[in-house]
Amino acid sequence: MAAVAMKLRKTIFSATVVRGVVSIVSLLVLWEVGSRLHFLFLASVPAPSEVLSSLDKIIRNGKFWNDWLASYWRVAEGFIAAQIIGVPLGLAMAMNRNFYNFVFSPLEVLRPIPPLAWVPTAIIFWPTTELSIAFVIFLGAFFTVVLNVLGGARNIDERMLRAAASFGSRKSDIFWKIILPSTLPSIFTGMAVGMGITWEVVVAAEMIAGKSGLGYLTWASYVGGNYPQIIVGMISIGIAGYLSSALIRFIGKKATPWQRQQ
Amino acid sequence: MANPNLLVVNRISKSFNLGPARESVLDQCSFTLEEGRLTVLIGPSGCGKSTLVNVLAGYEGVDAGEVRMLGEPVRGPGSDRLVVFQESALFQWMTTYQNIIYGPTVMRKRPRDEIHADAMRLLEKIGLTEFKDKYPGQLSGGMQRRAELARAMIANPKIMMLDEPFRGLDAMTRDLMQEYFLRLYEERRQTVLFVTSEIDEAIFLADRVLIMSNRPGHIKHIIEIDLPRPRTADIFTSQAYLKYKQEALEVLHAEAVKAFSAGSKAAADFLAGYAAQEENASKQ
Repeated sequence: MAAVAMKLRKTIFSATVVRGVVSIVSLLVLWEVGSRLHFLFLASVPAPSEVLSSLDKIIRNGKFWNDWLASYWRVAEGFIAAQIIGVPLGLAMAMNRNFYNFVFSPLEVLRPIPPLAWVPTAIIFWPTTELSIAFVIFLGAFFTVVLNVLGGARNIDERMLRAAASFGSRKSDIFWKIILPSTLPSIFTGMAVGMGITWEVVVAAEMIAGKSGLGYLTWASYVGGNYPQIIVGMISIGIAGYLSSALIRFIGKKATPWQRQQ
Repeated sequence: MANPNLLVVNRISKSFNLGPARESVLDQCSFTLEEGRLTVLIGPSGCGKSTLVNVLAGYEGVDAGEVRMLGEPVRGPGSDRLVVFQESALFQWMTTYQNIIYGPTVMRKRPRDEIHADAMRLLEKIGLTEFKDKYPGQLSGGMQRRAELARAMIANPKIMMLDEPFRGLDAMTRDLMQEYFLRLYEERRQTVLFVTSEIDEAIFLADRVLIMSNRPGHIKHIIEIDLPRPRTADIFTSQAYLKYKQEALEVLHAEAVKAFSAGSKAAADFLAGYAAQEENASKQ
């Protein structure tokens, strides 16, 4: 018990943590002071104290959590769709030369187009606003996933494949026991990066065309003149994104136990 | 009755494309592997030893000549010829135990509990029972080598090939691994092709030493090692050992000089001048 407390104390009060906390607090203080004194551009920026009172009000309002849910729902939909389609596609491209050649060209042509540039086309194309947002979100993560899966699958050490071949492994053995596990780290890297992109796209899409969600909240706060709420929206988006990435990292660590650092 | 021609390599040649030029790596290379004997292949760096192993294992083809095992031409990889490489080819995402049972599991010829029993026995033999659920990344270099040996041995290949497997290990571990490997060999008398660039290692392990020439590689010289088994460290000082070493050194030195001077005109001139000087000195 004493040992755990000691360890906790060392982590919380370690020099690095203390330095970090002190630096953030100092910046907050500067911000507060600058805002109140109408210092340069901070004149129009709400002070941390205002943000905090706004936060208090908005948390009590149930609608706020609906926006969280709405954004998370969109992120989950688009992200999972991108994984379900992207991972098998990437693996199929890595396994089959013909399939790779067939799919590669259109992919390479479409990839440079930023997902948000698709918004107008998506709105025209898809029957509902939700579907068009979902499509744009899907695109954001999709290309990242495919690229990472391809990269991982093609970087498998030749000698391992040869060793597997010598033992008389069937193609299914090679896929399930060699290629898939060794590509898992890359798949999770793709997921982590894809998750970041997904959040960016969700927020932007909500601002442009949405009627709910954290991005919509942030934009609507601006339009409605409720400036402290903008900051609340921003912080919420940051926390929400961080939590999703942390979840991915956690699952990734569990799925690839051999990658533990010694 | 042991088959003297378990593996026959007949005049194989192989070239690579190196940019615009075509580099000949093996040229009319021929030799045979006798069943149950430990044959060592030694040669200067870059002489094509690894390419030869890849060809015998079926990972690469040849431009001319053929390789036959028990009379049948070798067309691709197979569980009758297994290789232990210089750098670990253990599956990083599988535990030691899972690596070892991989071969028999995939070959689908033996029942699961038999494979398990075999694996546990081998784990005990290589001294890694406590590490059976660890990943290769958690094992030391020597442990990884032993695990890889076990992974190959459990499949009972007709020919075990090892391509400089102890290279990169520290001297003490290397000595121990050599002795350890010898015990394994002398117990099972599998047919082994062992590739190395260390003369002491070669003579210590071998029944027969094949000395490979510089690129393009072929077998330059063969030495039958007639030292008693089991081999122990005291043979290093025996007369016979020293004679074999002398013989091997002379051939290898000539090839190494060629390899060395092939890469540098200045070095070649220096060595030529030195040789001329020695010749003059011996004439007087």
